[in-house]
Amino acid sequence: MSSVKKVVEMRGITKRFPGIVANDNITLSVKQGEIHALLGENGAGKSTLMNILFGLYQPDEGEILINEKAVKITSPNVANELGIGMVHQHFMLVETFTVTENIVLGNEPKNGLQIDIQSAEKAVEKLSNQYGLKVDPRAKIQDISVGMQQRVEILKTLYRGADILIFDEPTAVLTPQEIHELIEIMHNLVKEGKTIILITHKLKEIMAVCNACTIIRRGKVIDSVLIKDTNPDELAAKMVGREVSFHVDKIAAKPKETILAVENVTAMGNRGVNALNNLSLEVRAGEILGIAGVDGNGQSELIEVLTGLRKATSGRVLLNGKEITNESPRSISESGLSHIPEDRHKRGLVLDFTMSENMVLETYFHPTFNKNGFLDYGAIDKHAAKLIEEFDVRTPSIYTPARALSGGNQQKAIIAREVDKNPDLLIAAQPTRGLDVGAIEFIHRRLIEQRDNGKAVLLLSLELDEIINVSDRIAVIYEGSIVGIVDAKATSEQELGLMMSGGKRMPGGGNDE
Amino acid sequence: MDWGLIISNLVHDTIVFSTALIFASLGGLYSERSGVVNIALEGMMIIGAFTGAVLTYAFQDSLGPLAPWIGFILAGVAGAIFALPHAVASVTFKADQTVSGVALNFLAAGLSVYLTKIIFNGAGQTTTLSSVFTKWSIPVLHDIPYLGHAIFEAYPTSFLAFIAVFFTWYLIFKTPFGLRLRAVGEHPRAADTVGINVKKMRYTAVMISGALAALGGATISLTTTSNFSHNTVSGQGFIAIAALIFGKWHPAGAMGAALFFGVAQAIKSLVQIFGLTKYIPTEFIFMLPYVLTILVMAGLVGRSSAPAALGKPYDTGSR
Amino acid sequence: MNKVIAVFTKESFLVPVVAIILGLLTGAIAMLAGGFNPIQAYMALIEKVFGSAYNFGETIRQITPLIFTGLAVAFAFRTGLFNIGAEGQFIVGMIAATTVGVSFDLPAYIHAPLAVIAGAVAGGLWGSIAGYLKAARGVNEVITSIMLNWVALYLANWVMNAFFIPTGQQRSEMIKESSMITITWLSQMFDSARLHWGTLIAVLAAIFFYVILWKTKSGYELRAVGLNPHASEYAGMNVNRNVVKAMFIGGMFAGIGGACEILGVFHYQAIMTAQPGYGFDGIAVALIGGNTPLGVVLAAILFGILTFGAAGMKFGAGVPVELIRVVIASVIFFVAAHGIVKIFVKPILQKKKEGGH
Repeated sequence: MSSVKKVVEMRGITKRFPGIVANDNITLSVKQGEIHALLGENGAGKSTLMNILFGLYQPDEGEILINEKAVKITSPNVANELGIGMVHQHFMLVETFTVTENIVLGNEPKNGLQIDIQSAEKAVEKLSNQYGLKVDPRAKIQDISVGMQQRVEILKTLYRGADILIFDEPTAVLTPQEIHELIEIMHNLVKEGKTIILITHKLKEIMAVCNACTIIRRGKVIDSVLIKDTNPDELAAKMVGREVSFHVDKIAAKPKETILAVENVTAMGNRGVNALNNLSLEVRAGEILGIAGVDGNGQSELIEVLTGLRKATSGRVLLNGKEITNESPRSISESGLSHIPEDRHKRGLVLDFTMSENMVLETYFHPTFNKNGFLDYGAIDKHAAKLIEEFDVRTPSIYTPARALSGGNQQKAIIAREVDKNPDLLIAAQPTRGLDVGAIEFIHRRLIEQRDNGKAVLLLSLELDEIINVSDRIAVIYEGSIVGIVDAKATSEQELGLMMSGGKRMPGGGNDE
Repeated sequence: MDWGLIISNLVHDTIVFSTALIFASLGGLYSERSGVVNIALEGMMIIGAFTGAVLTYAFQDSLGPLAPWIGFILAGVAGAIFALPHAVASVTFKADQTVSGVALNFLAAGLSVYLTKIIFNGAGQTTTLSSVFTKWSIPVLHDIPYLGHAIFEAYPTSFLAFIAVFFTWYLIFKTPFGLRLRAVGEHPRAADTVGINVKKMRYTAVMISGALAALGGATISLTTTSNFSHNTVSGQGFIAIAALIFGKWHPAGAMGAALFFGVAQAIKSLVQIFGLTKYIPTEFIFMLPYVLTILVMAGLVGRSSAPAALGKPYDTGSR
Repeated sequence: MNKVIAVFTKESFLVPVVAIILGLLTGAIAMLAGGFNPIQAYMALIEKVFGSAYNFGETIRQITPLIFTGLAVAFAFRTGLFNIGAEGQFIVGMIAATTVGVSFDLPAYIHAPLAVIAGAVAGGLWGSIAGYLKAARGVNEVITSIMLNWVALYLANWVMNAFFIPTGQQRSEMIKESSMITITWLSQMFDSARLHWGTLIAVLAAIFFYVILWKTKSGYELRAVGLNPHASEYAGMNVNRNVVKAMFIGGMFAGIGGACEILGVFHYQAIMTAQPGYGFDGIAVALIGGNTPLGVVLAAILFGILTFGAAGMKFGAGVPVELIRVVIASVIFFVAAHGIVKIFVKPILQKKKEGGH
């Protein structure tokens, strides 16, 4: 293999951000025609490294060779000229533009002064056929599926003549079926002479599709291995820095009475069409019900209806047998519901409030803290200090603004606050998104502890592994309805994947009509 | 009463009063389509009205009827220059765009009167200009009864405003420049990753914005008022923003909305001409455009058509 | 908006100070361009303010409304709103005070407070129009409140013309003596400068501002909504109600300011041809004061000196008074674009660090 050309070589790359060394003397070498994985936990520095390769950041130290020639990649333009293209995790697509407009943006074919949209569409169609990437050139991005949006992203790089494609966590938003399609697309691309760098933290994908893997931890390269010489356990240990088992230890659930009952709920989404269609489910005390589904199938809307942030147009929601349909968020919260929101920066915390102020976000008006309209900051501080100690939130002080804490500690603080309310039902929406393995384990333990204390837990996650490992029962949501409810121990990823893409319905699904 | 004549007059006056609003709201369109909130349209109009009046005053004796053209064009240049600090603050220094715009409005109000007093020996307004724009009549067409007076007899600036609407539509929706400008306003990072210089686009847009708004301001001092004083513009820049929002950031929409607000001003002058002030207090007539703007804004449901990245500074190095 | 607040809660005192210096320099450049001597002009400004007991008293009179409008803008800022409508709220406060002052005959201990309260309520209600439109209809409060400023101006003129101005005159009847809040003995100490209880009310308002925002349940909600409306909604707060509340309280401050101008200074209301400008200066005051009550009081003192002293520049150096508007506008600009200011601040901070070692 030594005769094969090295298409990308990064030597001694160091990149510092205020207060952190994101990349510390990183070396990466990728050969022509391989699919090379860049493995690391959230925050390990993978994306920073690839943004340097793509010209979005400049390294503080180190050099880059493309096709064995030293280069300076000062902007994405330079990267494009060198044949480097990037498929971003958060798609770089203008929602209101058509597929074609997005693909040709910045490189528009012209006819006189104006854009020659006909020849642009033809070019898109040609590329789409050549690589088997099916898209509708005239559709607007906001109207097409996530899978198709990703194909547009790939076509964008191909249109610019990219030979080296960087995929940044490409499977995060896809169904298992779409993931299979993507893997096929990657193999096609390599067959056509492209080289691929795959950024991921998912071991299974690496084993399935890659030739080689470079592991990064806390900004440093730990090792570079060939896939044929390694196994998932070894990769995991290298990624985390210790032996890890992704299996979650727990005793069997002892479900009791029904805590939450959702009966035929329908609700509108932001686009004015129904996001929830006659959805029904139940969560019982002492169990964790996981909701599996592809992003955008009504998960967020379901949680918003349950917590009072969105109105149901029909149906009922009962908590402990008491109807809470379309009650205010406060009255629902006071009825015994706690909620770990999916976006901790948007909903979970007031980032410029102190930790102390954040810990009473939903309880500041309780008599403990509120005396005749005046807040008792002594009591608030004491309460915060207690929770921060109990849940091991690492913060310089209770007066530190929430903004200054790491993502893991922010999430721990939210969980502390929600669990402390001693709810009958705890809703956890994507509770581990963007966190490292240590924090993920902590949060999983806390959720199971709630269950073992006889609480009902509703877990929503886009990570199928998390759903399968943590839940007792799994409800699959598809296009706003529950299409099946299965026992977590008795199901498989394939079965769930089929239901998530609408290919299979189970009798346990809530649509009885 | 000849209703035909009244309506003909109303349409005629509407076009006169809308012209400034059309220029200014087109100006706002460039800036906001690129993602920069431009509440400074008012100040840019003031600078245009001031520059137009002062330069016309300076050249009217030597150049005669050509003087307002010089004043008009250079007002546009002055507006572009005046807009520069807003671009520096909003784009380079990632300032709060609303606050920066408000600062420029105050600056324009203060600076223009300050300079007027210096130039005109302490007077708070310029002397009345002897050479301003006169109305053009389109041959043949302006002889059409009623319609001719209504539409085909107007200041040259009005005709220019309508041309600017068409030109803007073509530029924004048909050319690579327009596609890139819109991309920068919707998703600057996406634009950046395909090699579009976000900052340069936004600087360009804000300066075009200043130029057009200033042309709008100059329209006022060089057609309807024939001088410049502290209340020449009096809020029309903000009405232009309302027109832009009402028109959903589309050139034709903004033009339509500007014509709508122009009616309010035209009614104001009609009421005075017909002596209706006996029945309606003048103060209420003066209030009309502002009240109408509030009502229109309140009547709009949702603002989903605003550019997605409007008001958000673009940070290249953010993690 | 949060950015502006954050700068002042976290960054040093230097940023506003440097912004003021840059603003004064911009003014100096404008003066040089106009053929004036800026040093002479600024000296004349200082002399005007501190030159006589009367002028010093009048400067205090000038500072008072700026505290009110500064608080009006700052309070709304804290809830994430840009209250550019303090001008209009100030004007309706004037209308209400004049109406109460002229129309009723009551004992002084009822009449004067009633007139002040009327101004507060009028200003508050006027402010809540923009707040309501923002909350219920999602209308940008900046545009509505600017429109409302004009509406208030013409409304004031109409109310005066229709009810309180004797035919052929340009100003209303005098308000009843029982509604005046002038402090006669203090005025006499300052050679009849128009000093009044409004100054004390302004200081009390600043204290009220602090207590409400940082000590009460309502203030916790208002600040939460200002910093993160999504999280506030999640936490069960009524975001819309808080938006209206913030605009009401902000408007109240401005309304009291307007009322005190009538009750304490003029004792009548004249026909206005232009906005009085206190609301606009209030924006500068709030921004320079970092939207904190103490900051607002200090900034109001500074801008009171600048605006009152501007007349001195006219007499002492021939500089048109509008020059001071250029200075104030520049200060607002530099606070907004604090990145520019930091370029100037950085070397000072670095020197300090080196000196410390």
